[in-house]
Amino acid sequence: MQTTTALLQVLSSGIGTGAVYALVALGFNVVFKSTGAMNFAQGEWVVMGGMVTALLIGTFSSVGLAVVAAVVLVGVVGLLSERLTVQPLKRPDALVITLVTIGLSIVSRSLVMLVLGKKPVGYAGFSGNTALSFGGVSIQSQTLWIIAITLAFLVVMHAFFERTILGKALRAAAADREAAAIVGVNVGSTVLLSFGIAALAGALAGAIVTPLTLASYDQGAIFGFKGFSAAMLGGLGSLPGAVVGGLALGLLEAFGSFYISSDFKDAIAFAVLLLILFVRPSGLLGRADIVKV
Amino acid sequence: MLEVEGLVAGYGGTEILHAVSLKVAHGQSVCLIGANGAGKTTLLRTLAGLIRPTAGRIFFDGADITNLSTSARLSRGLALVPEGRRVFAPMTVEENLEMGAFRRLWPRRAQGVASDRDMVFALFPRLAERRRQAAGLLSGGEQQMLAIGRALMGRPRLLLLDEPSMGLAPKVVQEIFATIRRLNAEGMSLLIAEQNASMALRSAAHGYVLAEGAVVRDGAGADLLHDDGVRAAYLGL
Ligand SMILES: Nc1ncnc2c1ncn2[C@@H]1O[C@H](COP(=O)(O)OP(=O)(O)OP(=O)(O)O)[C@@H](O)[C@H]1O
Ligand SMILES: [Mg+2]
Repeated sequence: MQTTTALLQVLSSGIGTGAVYALVALGFNVVFKSTGAMNFAQGEWVVMGGMVTALLIGTFSSVGLAVVAAVVLVGVVGLLSERLTVQPLKRPDALVITLVTIGLSIVSRSLVMLVLGKKPVGYAGFSGNTALSFGGVSIQSQTLWIIAITLAFLVVMHAFFERTILGKALRAAAADREAAAIVGVNVGSTVLLSFGIAALAGALAGAIVTPLTLASYDQGAIFGFKGFSAAMLGGLGSLPGAVVGGLALGLLEAFGSFYISSDFKDAIAFAVLLLILFVRPSGLLGRADIVKV
Repeated sequence: MLEVEGLVAGYGGTEILHAVSLKVAHGQSVCLIGANGAGKTTLLRTLAGLIRPTAGRIFFDGADITNLSTSARLSRGLALVPEGRRVFAPMTVEENLEMGAFRRLWPRRAQGVASDRDMVFALFPRLAERRRQAAGLLSGGEQQMLAIGRALMGRPRLLLLDEPSMGLAPKVVQEIFATIRRLNAEGMSLLIAEQNASMALRSAAHGYVLAEGAVVRDGAGADLLHDDGVRAAYLGL
C-alpha cells in the first residue's frame, strides 16, 4: 500500500515534468519542420517565460495575467529573433540556421542575465503552494495546472494545424517549400510564424514550471537539452511525437530518480538520447516519411 | 494574354535564359519543346515569379507583371503546374486542393472555393474517390491530376504546365492530355513545356523550340510537327 502510494506520486510528478518537456519538444519540432534546423535558442525561451512572469507578477496582481503577458512577450521575442537572425540569411539552409541559433541562444542568455538579473526567481503556484490528497496520494496543485494547461495548449495547436488555413499553409511549406510558394504562400512568413509558435510553447513551459523549480538565466541549455531529447525520443518533427517523447522522458526521469538517485536525473535524459540514437534514430513514433512517387 | 520580351534569367551568376521572347494569345494552347537542360523549367518558373529575371519584361493582359510576386500573379490568373508534380505528400487530396486556393482563403475567405473543388472532382473523378488519402500515396498519374487540380483551384486563366507527361504510362499521358485539351476548349489559355514533343505539338496551336536558353524556332504546331529539323532533333524521327 505504502509503495503503491509512492509510485502513484512518482507517476504524477513524472507526468507533470513530462508535460513541460512535451511543450519544449513541440517548439523544437515546429521549427525543425519549417526549416530543417535544430533551434538551440528553444531553452532560452523557457527561461524567459519563467523570469518574465516573475517580473510581471508584481505589476499585474493576477498570476494568470502575468503568465499570459509573459508568454505573449516571449512570443514576440521569438518573432524578432527570426527577423533579425534567420530572415536576412542569404543561404538559409538547415545547418546555417542551426549555427545561427547557437549564437542566438548565447546572446539571449546574456541579455536575460543583464536585463532580468542573475538571481534565481520564482513565484507561488497558481493555486498557491498547496498539495491535494487523493486517497493518500499527495499531488502538488501546480502539477495539475501544468497538465491541464499543457493539454489545452496541445488541443489549440492541433486545431491550428489541422483546421485553419494558416496551419495548413505551415504544413504545406514544411512538406515542400517550392510548391507552397507556387500556390502563393509566403514561405518566409511560415518560418517567422514557426519561431513565434516555438517561443510561445517554450515560454508557456517556463511560466508553468517555475513555481516548482525556480527560474534562472543559466537554465536554458538544460531545458533545451531535455526538450531536444524528448523530441528525438518521440520522433523529430512529429507533433504527437513531442507529447509521447516528453511524457516518456518525464516518467523515465521520475522513476529513475526514485529507484536510483535524483542525482542521476539529468544523466537519464542523456542516456535516453544515446539509446534512441543507437537503436531507433527515427524515434518512437517516427516512420519512413511518405515519399513522392 | 501573355507577352514575354527579351527575358534573361538564371541561377546565381549563371545565365540560363538569353533574351527569350514569346506570346500566348487568349484561349491559345502553346507548347514549348526543347532537350534536357534547354531552360524550359527555368522559363516557366520565371514566368510564375519564382525566379527574378535580370532583364526583359513579362506582360499579362497588357500589364507589366515582371516585378510582381507569385501570389500577385496568381491573383491575376497565372498558375503553374510544376515539373515533377510536387504535391504536398503528407497532406490529403482535399487539403492539397484547399492549398491551391490559399490566396483566396487567406487573409480573407472568398466565395466559391467549395464549388471549385467539386468542379475539380468532376474533372478528375479518381481524386474524388481518394479525397481523404495522403497525396504521397497516389499513383503518378493521380498526382499529376492533383497538381493540375491544385492549380485550377486558384482560378487561373493561363495555366503553365511543366512536363505533365513526365514518368507516366502512355495511357495515362493520353488521359491527362485529353483533360488538358478539354480545359483549353473551355477557354483556358495554356503554355505547356514538354519533352514528349509530338504529343505536345499535336495539341498545341503554336510551338516554340528552346535550345540552350534561346528560342531557335517557332511556328504553328502542325508545321513544327512536319518540319524535318524539328523531327530529327526533338521527335527522334
Ligand atoms: N536550381 C538550379 N541551380 C542552378 N542551375 C540550375 C538549377 N536548375 C536548373 N539549372 C540549370 O539550368 C539549365 C536549364 O535547366 P532547366 O531545368 O530549365 O531545363 P529544362 O529544359 O526544364 O530541362 P528538362 O527537360 O530536363 O526538365 C540546366 O543547365 C540546369 O543545369
Ligand atoms: Mg524541366
